[in-house]
Amino acid sequence: MRKFKTFTGKPAVLDRVNVDTDQIIPKQFLKRIEKSGYGQFLFFDWRFDDQGKENKEFELNKPQAQGANILVTGPNFGCGSSREHAPWALKDYGIDCIIAPSFADIFYNNCLKNGILVIKLPEEVIKDLMQRANASDYQLTVNLSEQEISDGQGFNYPFDFDPYWKEMLMNGWDEISLTLKHEDAILRYEETSGVL
Amino acid sequence: MAKTIIDKIWEKHTVVKEEGKPDLLYIDLHLLHEVTSPQAFEGLREKNRTVRRPELCFATMDHAIPTANRMVIQDSIAKKQVETLEKNCREFGIRLQDLNSEDQGIVHVIGPELGLTLPGKTIVCGDSHTSTHGAFGALAFGIGTSEVEHVLATQTLWQSKPKSLQVRISGKLGFGVTAKDIILALIAKYGVGLGTGYIIEFTGDTIRSLTMEERMTICNMSIEAGAKAGLISPDEVTFDYIKGRKYAPHGTEFEQKVEEWKALATDSGAVYDKTLELNAQEIEPMITWGTNPSMGVGVSQSVPSPGQFESESDQKAVGQALTYMGLEAGTEMTDIEIDRVFIGSCTNSRISDLRAAAKIVQGKKVHPRVTAIVVPGSQRVKRLAEQEGLDRIFIEAGFEWRDSGCSMCLGMNPDIVPSGERCASTSNRNFEGRQGKGARTHLVSPPMAAAAAVSGKFVDVRTFEERGAYYAEV
Ligand code: SF4
Repeated sequence: MRKFKTFTGKPAVLDRVNVDTDQIIPKQFLKRIEKSGYGQFLFFDWRFDDQGKENKEFELNKPQAQGANILVTGPNFGCGSSREHAPWALKDYGIDCIIAPSFADIFYNNCLKNGILVIKLPEEVIKDLMQRANASDYQLTVNLSEQEISDGQGFNYPFDFDPYWKEMLMNGWDEISLTLKHEDAILRYEETSGVL
Repeated sequence: MAKTIIDKIWEKHTVVKEEGKPDLLYIDLHLLHEVTSPQAFEGLREKNRTVRRPELCFATMDHAIPTANRMVIQDSIAKKQVETLEKNCREFGIRLQDLNSEDQGIVHVIGPELGLTLPGKTIVCGDSHTSTHGAFGALAFGIGTSEVEHVLATQTLWQSKPKSLQVRISGKLGFGVTAKDIILALIAKYGVGLGTGYIIEFTGDTIRSLTMEERMTICNMSIEAGAKAGLISPDEVTFDYIKGRKYAPHGTEFEQKVEEWKALATDSGAVYDKTLELNAQEIEPMITWGTNPSMGVGVSQSVPSPGQFESESDQKAVGQALTYMGLEAGTEMTDIEIDRVFIGSCTNSRISDLRAAAKIVQGKKVHPRVTAIVVPGSQRVKRLAEQEGLDRIFIEAGFEWRDSGCSMCLGMNPDIVPSGERCASTSNRNFEGRQGKGARTHLVSPPMAAAAAVSGKFVDVRTFEERGAYYAEV
């Protein structure tokens, strides 16, 4: 995984609640055995109409959302299926950071494992951010090391973040190699617990 | 100190514990299927890693396979996925239930029925409905593909311990009300986020009175309540179900295990982080009207209007849901006409579900407008149903009788609900497009789905059954 650095980016607003992984990436695209190339299918049924034409009304198709790498959205984002294709699609589309009042548990973990920064902020703060983000050329700076986001125009907000995941993301570590350093402990567990 | 079953399983499986970090948990059973595993095996290969404990892995194919003519997979991408699973299992030495296997079925149906799912185990699968296995007093949860790779390589997972939530359900269930209605009523009452950040333990006299298959239906949908996992302390009902199953312990080993399992149940006086209550007596047969599982009401109610909801965002979501579902606020649930019926999925495709549905349709015909299919959860369930003659009842009524698989629960195979059509489904998710683009899903119990198939619209299964009996007499 690459190291997570402070970055400034453009937020897109998806003001919806309980957005589920069936919407993020519909099931017809889960049959592939690769990890890449899912960005084109992100929010497929919302983004495109029956003829495959862009749906102009959909939030991410609006002019101000073009080139966005931050997604600001409503509570319980990513609920439903455990498909990691959802963060793969977001990442491939260009999203590096998602800000929401709350996330579904499996989705949240899946994002972290793919180097997507998932930030929880109170609902009022998100509402404020959504208002601000509608302005054209709006930019947001995400600083993981200081655990803070700001727009340089008065919006400045700290966020909580799991210290374990902070370290993992900042260093770009591979979780499996870290775990394999505990191989002795795993083997001891297997020998004493009757697994073997 | 008095402990919950969650504490007991967690402590027993902690391999590494360090301050300020998640715990490293040992995984006893890793279930795999074709959709969420290929990239994990590929990851192992890229790094020259192996599967640490192939004997603790168990694979099946269920999501993308056809149920009408299972040996011919028309979709070349799905075919490749199935072949990839075969190849991976062969290469890494993992047991696989392929399409020829008599034990094949939906992953959450076969784990329990083969006796792989046991009390006290930690069980994971790259599938959110892994919570199903919690019905046995196991700690079972869904994981993503990166975690599948992690478990394959290390047989462990880093996990921060979630908080504990007791959901106590008490009172006698009314006639015609099922386990499916309990869980739909719970989510309708408290919302799809009720379990976020928690592991749920379901307790109370109602839960104790349920069969294992009913308990599985409830735990299956704990993920729809946002919970990490849902479980039930094991008891005699659990042990009786496990006894004699293919991979379960046998003889004196079984007796010893039962003693161990008895000690797993939550101690009296154990403290939960939160408790929610539900009175079973108040539950009616449920039907969802919207696009998430909390958007449901009792069969005697009508479709709500956005104005009935407090927050602005809920009002907007309800409005969007009604538009998608093609429903008008105020419509009686029993006035909604349907086009399709799907009896299947890991929520409701076990033998008791098929028996309950067959009882309703026996001697009747599927409404001419309705296309109805029954998809048993496993080939075992299918064989058992055929021995009992349930297949004849369904076929004579006009249902299609299929091979096992996930089928129309998510429509990754050819079983898709066409756009705009309305389906009474015994599955667990009514998300937009879940059963097909533009498909309108109403979640119900198997008897409610069966009654809807016959009537062509939703009916109250409680009065329907009474009338059915009356007609039989005269
Ligand atoms: S039946 Fe449906 S919910 Fe269950 S595992 Fe299959 S696709 Fe998932």
